[in-house]
Amino acid sequence: MKGRRVTDDAKRSGFSRRSFLRGGAAGALSGGLTTGLLTGEAGAAAADSEATETVGPGPVDVELEVNGATHRLAVEPRVTLLDGLRDRLDVTGPKRVCDRGTCGACTVLEDGRPIYACSRLMIESAGRSITTVEGLGSPDAMHDVQQAFVDNDAQQCGFCTPGFVVATAALLARHPAPSEPEIEAGLGGNFCRCGTYKGIRAVIAGGEGGGVSGG
Amino acid sequence: MADYSWPEADRRAQIGARPARLDGPVKSTGFAKYPSDQNPSGLLAAKILTSPHAHARIVAIDTSAAEAMAGVRVVHVIQGEGSEIQWAGDEIAAVAAVSEDVARDALRAIRVDYEVLPHFVTEEDRDRAPGARAAGERAEGDPDAAFATAHRTVERTLGMPQMAHMCLEPHGQVCSWDGDELEVHASTQAVSTLAGQFATELGVPASQVRIRTEYMGGGFGSKFSPDRWGIVGAELARKAGAPVKLFLERDQEVTVAGSRPSAFARIRAAADEQGRLVAWDSDSWGSGGLPGTGQTPLPYVFSRLPNRRTRHTSVPTNLAGSRAWRAPNHPQACFLTMAVLDDLADELGLDPIDFLERNLDLTGRPDTYREQLGIAAEMASWKERWQPRGRTRAGAVQRGLGVSVHTWGGRGHSSNCDVTVHPDGAVEARIGSQDIGTGTRTIVAQVLAETFGLELHQVRVSLGDNVYPQSGPSGGSSTVGGVTASTRRAAQDALREVLVHVAPRLEAEPEQLLAEGGRVFVDGDSSRGVSWREAAAQIGGAPISVQGRNPGRGRLISSGVGGVQIAEVEVDIDTGVVHVERMIAVQDCGLIINRRLAESQVYGGLIMGVGYALYEEWIPDPVSGRLLNADMEFYKLAGLVDVGSLEVHMMTGPGYDERGVIGLGEPPVISPGAAISNAVANAIGVRVPYLPLTPDRVLDALAGRGGPA
Repeated sequence: MKGRRVTDDAKRSGFSRRSFLRGGAAGALSGGLTTGLLTGEAGAAAADSEATETVGPGPVDVELEVNGATHRLAVEPRVTLLDGLRDRLDVTGPKRVCDRGTCGACTVLEDGRPIYACSRLMIESAGRSITTVEGLGSPDAMHDVQQAFVDNDAQQCGFCTPGFVVATAALLARHPAPSEPEIEAGLGGNFCRCGTYKGIRAVIAGGEGGGVSGG
Repeated sequence: MADYSWPEADRRAQIGARPARLDGPVKSTGFAKYPSDQNPSGLLAAKILTSPHAHARIVAIDTSAAEAMAGVRVVHVIQGEGSEIQWAGDEIAAVAAVSEDVARDALRAIRVDYEVLPHFVTEEDRDRAPGARAAGERAEGDPDAAFATAHRTVERTLGMPQMAHMCLEPHGQVCSWDGDELEVHASTQAVSTLAGQFATELGVPASQVRIRTEYMGGGFGSKFSPDRWGIVGAELARKAGAPVKLFLERDQEVTVAGSRPSAFARIRAAADEQGRLVAWDSDSWGSGGLPGTGQTPLPYVFSRLPNRRTRHTSVPTNLAGSRAWRAPNHPQACFLTMAVLDDLADELGLDPIDFLERNLDLTGRPDTYREQLGIAAEMASWKERWQPRGRTRAGAVQRGLGVSVHTWGGRGHSSNCDVTVHPDGAVEARIGSQDIGTGTRTIVAQVLAETFGLELHQVRVSLGDNVYPQSGPSGGSSTVGGVTASTRRAAQDALREVLVHVAPRLEAEPEQLLAEGGRVFVDGDSSRGVSWREAAAQIGGAPISVQGRNPGRGRLISSGVGGVQIAEVEVDIDTGVVHVERMIAVQDCGLIINRRLAESQVYGGLIMGVGYALYEEWIPDPVSGRLLNADMEFYKLAGLVDVGSLEVHMMTGPGYDERGVIGLGEPPVISPGAAISNAVANAIGVRVPYLPLTPDRVLDALAGRGGPA
């Protein structure tokens, strides 16, 4: 969690991420917890913690950074980070496929760490920095991982590709020459339907077009 | 009269090469805008309310609370009072609202009273099926006499359940009206044919319906129609006076937007002492939901088997109708046939490859299969490594090898392509096709570049829009043949026109000129030439524009391919877990335009095949009539670590290229189920009769129980 920026703007928004986190241990678990958090665990915790605030169901102001740009918007607490990105900010690289934390098509980086954007509320990402596949590179200036996806034909219809690219970039940033268990941990949470795994393997290991392994 | 042909092998610069797909950069950076990524100004979100019951009558429907909700713009009843609902997930009503969440809230506020009726969703139990109906019986020769005198006979009951297409981009579209002109960003495999279908339903001329599909997130045979949600989306947009985005939720996508029919059969097959097939008798059944399903082609590949009888029963269920799934009917027929032949080889004490080879004259292409079996066996070190069935190692993990053969047609569809050469040398093609992920955009560009002697970046391809010339839907591996043939004809004609203008300057006849390496020059004297740019400048002030068509003259395409696959598996006989260690595919497909993309199609087929062999199935609940796994947690796709080592050998070069272009999307997905099942039988010594090969089914087979399908 180090390096995380927190926007504590409770006066304006009526919602404080810091107090929210302080309110319940559940908040600190972050990844994987979605609905029910505010009214359930955090609400219960509020009984013995004076600091917790309840927000919603109406819109709440949040501020977050997406691909280097700061956005302020009002969203209902139930809006997922994925839907907020796609529907409110027109950041459509992350795709909605399973919408419940299984397929990985919505993978984004939150403060550098890969998460499923469908399984995070946008208010949970308040004060954080989000990097989507568009933030890694552009068609004219691709990230090494994006270039390797092109060179190794690691995409067909391309709908899973944004999630795989982000997950692969995160994997290789952490493990430049990943072991099989590290590959399984890093990419086992992403699915492709067209069957592009051969190319994705080549991206990691260095295939026909050269991978990005080792840096 | 002009002729059309592909260049000779030594003159090809693009065809058969391995360029990267042209839309790779926009896809891998997330810059590609798919239909579901379109966010036009003023967009409304639409959601569909579906039936929770598999069979019911709507007694009453009350939408007043939904209509009164803030943010709700339109509530549209799709099936009203008195309607009979025939499957869970059928569409009842739709809402357009200012956001997805508000639309979902509105759906919850719609009250529907149902009279629940009896349902049937478990077609493997044919005898209990209320609507089962005979759907064909054929006989040839004298099967009864042949079985009576045969050396060895096996009898098996085998089957595979319905499975989902599971397109990652769900079905749906964004509809926008401008007056009485409709624009649809559709996730479709059928850009050129969709407008007419929308128009008929909506009561507007087809000329006022624009279909756009620059990119789309997978179809696999399930995205040929506007579907009810397409028409509803257009109606909502018309009523709301605003653009409407309507894409199915994942549970709806799995439940109603595409499944492959099931196939079950009780099969007897017999051989003589020489290991020659002499008799076949199959009693098959299956379901594609409410419509039931037709017969799969049995016996598969070995279709000239003498003395055969086939019967089929179609079993309707209260499930949404099936759709064409990559190589319709073939994976099922392949599994049913190759599993029985593999068991018969074991009964005869023969190596299954030897057994198949003894019977290749019963197939449509014995020479192809013989060569492919040889190559595949070599790649797998089959002779050294294959052992007869049964446990061959100490411990729980057993290894096995299995083989299967398959066939497909793949002739190019009807296609028109406009090719334009501009006086500045710019070259472009416009074609009303779609790139569903197979690389259509890239191969059209390769044909253009090849014909004009240019580099890929010097040509432009526009597709995915029905304002471009009609080109067929992408189904049945028909696209590559169709689009390359129409593009080549247009490009050759356009080039000839250019050469007529250039010839006087080079003091040569047009027929003597070649366009290669960015130049136009006299064949045999390359010093007499001009750059492509100078050549194009000779055409005058107006561009040259030519339309090419398929079908047409010249042997550019054909059809009919064979393929062989070998699977190697490990099976843990304590847990029943199967892991595919290795898949080998040997595939012919005529002239290959792009080796890299062709190989990707085969790898993709193998991977999808591992999925349906080991994991994928619709699981309908007999009590509720609903799918128990309309999601991606319990409807499991194969993941990166599940697919083992994949090796592909493409039959290409002299002897193959002369056949012209043949489609490749379907064939490689046909054999994996059979090859993997045969490998498991080889590893553990018994046949697991049903796909997918889940641990419970493997353990049941090991315990001598037939087990549930």
